[in-house]
Amino acid sequence: MISLIWVLLVVIGVGYAAGTGRIDGVTTQALAAANNAVEMVLGLVGVICLWLGLMKIAEKSGLLDQVARLVAPVVRILFPDIPSGHPAMGAMVMNIGGNLLGMGSASIPFGLKAMAALQDINQGKTVASGAMCRLVILNTSGLTIIPASVIGLRASLGATDPTEIAATVFMATTASTVAALSADWLLKQRRL
Amino acid sequence: MMEILTTFSRWALPVMMMCIPLYGMLKGIDVYEAFVEGAQEGLRIAVRILPYVLAIFFAFSVFRHSGALQAVTQPLAPVVRALGIPSEVLPMLVVRPLSGGASFGLLAELLQQHGPDSLVGRMAATMQGATDTTFYIISLYFGSVGIKHLRHVVPAALIGDLCGFLMAAYICRVMFV
Repeated sequence: MISLIWVLLVVIGVGYAAGTGRIDGVTTQALAAANNAVEMVLGLVGVICLWLGLMKIAEKSGLLDQVARLVAPVVRILFPDIPSGHPAMGAMVMNIGGNLLGMGSASIPFGLKAMAALQDINQGKTVASGAMCRLVILNTSGLTIIPASVIGLRASLGATDPTEIAATVFMATTASTVAALSADWLLKQRRL
Repeated sequence: MMEILTTFSRWALPVMMMCIPLYGMLKGIDVYEAFVEGAQEGLRIAVRILPYVLAIFFAFSVFRHSGALQAVTQPLAPVVRALGIPSEVLPMLVVRPLSGGASFGLLAELLQQHGPDSLVGRMAATMQGATDTTFYIISLYFGSVGIKHLRHVVPAALIGDLCGFLMAAYICRVMFV
């Protein structure tokens, strides 16, 4: 699926540029995009390392298990197939909690950590497990209470009440999360 | 209520930064060693992520700068207008799942052009806040563990995004018009 989209984007992009006489820009843009990707990932490295460092302390000291035990009942409803003491549980709880609080990219390391732990108990190593699908969907649907970056942008541009959109965001993100989880539940029965 | 939420958000990270090492110390583990060990893992993850992010950035950048993105969104304008979405917001729907940076830039542009308190501005801001960069997250998360067969994730996530956008348009019309 993602291969098809990817190829379509490139082929249509280059084809369209050729047809509209913008072919010169393609090379420049492609190279610039490659550089942007490196900058973006390098920009993430610091945050990832910092949080995984802290996470390791939390994990070794048993703090993570304590936190997970508190929030686990809610997460367990969504992930009945994960054993309650499994390391994936703690990381998922932190990831989902971080998203709710609007930590943005700071919660990504927890998500990646959870994916690694889910991969340990995944039977087909190149095929996504049901729990992985649900975790990724919870992230793509953007479930959040505090859309920090958007509020910041509105404030900087002089909105009368920058935080007023928090309410509309919450309604919309609830809709997208419920819809995505329902779609996941409906589509997972189908064998590809 | 909002006051509580923002205060909570502001304090959550610093409190965690303080409490996690402190708790580790009290439990008698080698805190510094554990931190360094975890941070090393982060570097490995970043190296694994890079090719996936690069692939998305490259393809989308070529698509956008060729003018194809605009050509695709233009004929769709009457359709989205019928759904109660102003045509100015349309590029958001296409860009949001593909690139967080690009959609944030687009949002900034819309807010400057129409004003942060306009319907277009509020709707676009709600859409930006309500969903995440679907394709980026999918490639990042599955890429980090080497999963190649994504099953139904892409359609399910896109259905979620679409419902989020429609709800954003609806709720902004109800609340702000």
